[in-house]
Amino acid sequence: MIPLSFFTCGVHGGNDESKNEPYSQGEYNVYSTFQSHEPEFDYLKSLEIEEKINKIKWLPQQNAAHSLLSTNDKTIKLWKITERDKRPEGYNLKDEEGKLKDLSTVTSLQVPVLKPMDLMVEVTPRRIFANGHTYHVNSISVNSDCETYMSADDLRINLWHLAITDRSFNIVDIKPANMEDLTEVITASEFHPHHCNLFVYSSSKGSLRLCDMRASALCDKHSKLYEEPEDPSNRSFFSEIISSVSDVKFSHSGRYMLTRDYLTVKVWDLNMETKPVETYQVHDYLRSKLCSLYENDCIFDKFECAWNGSDSVIMTGAYNNFFRMFDRNTKRDVTLEASRESSKPRAILKPRRVCVGGKRRKDDISVDSLDFTKKILHTAWHPTENIIAIAATNNLYIFQDKVNSEMH
Amino acid sequence: MFVRGLKRKCFDGEEDIEGTLAGIKAIPSYNLQRQSLLDMSLVKLQLCHMLVEPNLCRSVLIANTVRQIQEEMTQDGTWQMINTQSTGQTSLDRLVSTDILCRSSREQAEGKQVPGYSSFNKDFEDDQTQDSSETMSTSSSVQTPRNLQSNVWEMENPQESRGNFQKSLDQIFETLENKNPNSVEDLFSEVDNSYYDLDTMLTGMMSNTKMGHCDGLETFSSPTTATSNSNCKSDLNELDHIVEILVES
Repeated sequence: MIPLSFFTCGVHGGNDESKNEPYSQGEYNVYSTFQSHEPEFDYLKSLEIEEKINKIKWLPQQNAAHSLLSTNDKTIKLWKITERDKRPEGYNLKDEEGKLKDLSTVTSLQVPVLKPMDLMVEVTPRRIFANGHTYHVNSISVNSDCETYMSADDLRINLWHLAITDRSFNIVDIKPANMEDLTEVITASEFHPHHCNLFVYSSSKGSLRLCDMRASALCDKHSKLYEEPEDPSNRSFFSEIISSVSDVKFSHSGRYMLTRDYLTVKVWDLNMETKPVETYQVHDYLRSKLCSLYENDCIFDKFECAWNGSDSVIMTGAYNNFFRMFDRNTKRDVTLEASRESSKPRAILKPRRVCVGGKRRKDDISVDSLDFTKKILHTAWHPTENIIAIAATNNLYIFQDKVNSEMH
Repeated sequence: MFVRGLKRKCFDGEEDIEGTLAGIKAIPSYNLQRQSLLDMSLVKLQLCHMLVEPNLCRSVLIANTVRQIQEEMTQDGTWQMINTQSTGQTSLDRLVSTDILCRSSREQAEGKQVPGYSSFNKDFEDDQTQDSSETMSTSSSVQTPRNLQSNVWEMENPQESRGNFQKSLDQIFETLENKNPNSVEDLFSEVDNSYYDLDTMLTGMMSNTKMGHCDGLETFSSPTTATSNSNCKSDLNELDHIVEILVES
């Protein structure tokens, strides 16, 4: 979600806040705030459509302006963000306020010059892609061709052209003829970073389907199905729920996919469909608490995951404002906390630990004292630099890697 | 929690509930845990948000969990066990508990267990997982003879639709698809609301579930409302009592 120098976060209330990278490390200021979506009312169904933004995706930058797509449950919007930090001064016919000059006072001609001014950020809606979805949009993904993008809801995936708002193509439809037979929904989808014909979508049953748009117009038959057989020793009534994939991300290389389910993150090799090549436990200590988490609905939380620029480290959020990073090469992992108390600007984050009974070190948190209302669902990693953005309830944290920091 | 208090009567002697508050935690039987999970899931499914469309993914996952539990219960004959064990009194207990939570999933299992179009003198250990819509159509024809073997509760409800549990699920999905102001009425059109107003009932249910309903299924909290339910009469008194409490809350 972080492009070269900008990132955004969506806030309930439909605002988008863009932030500017500072010249040196330090505190970030809000760059721009705008209202992306408004609440709407669907008169046909007598239901409110929330303005809450589900996903934001930046488009690759093609000129001085930045563009992003934002979506709520039903409507996708394309925004253009432009900056103005200079303005022309010294008009001949108009004065500073813009009023016409009395021509008799003009004695000589001048060429207007550009003078610096306070930065002004303008955000304008360029396209509104409406009425494409019956169900709730959970993902948007811009294609590598920079001309098309896809939007996925629970049962269908649509392909749009960025310039055309009154038409979209349905490329996946898993809605059964009889809704009573519905047992599986689409949970996330993404285009391949290099091959504009390939995309993947994940399901609530924990499977991934890689589809090739060249094969047919409606990609109901997957090219590859990635599914790990269930571990019979861990089987419970919650097995299916915790296997539901909440996020899928291709690696920058395009060789791997990263998936997040309730308790783990998994790295899949596109060439191997039978099982992931790597599995990392995010918070396995919750495995014995699944019933409580089912009761309070936490088991349905959808966490995102992210790759770093070199695909060597993966990151995902957890509870209690903790987030986790896994180094794929050294196999080391770290738990960090995003909270005001534990991080002052320029302070180095201290690794945290959750203890599961047994020996308890100082500063350890016990499983029972975890705060399940503090969940880090959204995390993003700068595509090239070691800067991460962590969304924790109402706060957005930016962390940068110091050269000599280590993962324990 | 009064619901559990009632159910415990069915499984008398399976565990010692008293004394769970201090010290040793009694581990409830697997069947009880499973039943509790089933009930919780059905409540979740029924509590659709009327103002905003419910989350389809969540609903599908819960519905799948419910199906899974119910299939397992059918397979290991638990439903039948409950039927044969029960007396008229106990069955009324179940009437109270399951009616509060949902459509009687027990009835649904009975419907599902009807293996089809053959003799009703079936072995309940047959685990034929048929499409419940089929069983719905055939079950009514075989239901009457079965009633002779069944307990009082079943005989009192011969006309209750067989696959009503499945129907509830189906209704839920249809509701999710065609959300309209009448959907709640449709969803609960077959629920026997003769005892309660739905809203107060569910409110009461929710406040009960908050009181350590799950706790990792490790302990049962002691019954909260008066549950002196040793006979049918007291059950009915209890119902009035419960309604009183719910209405007051």
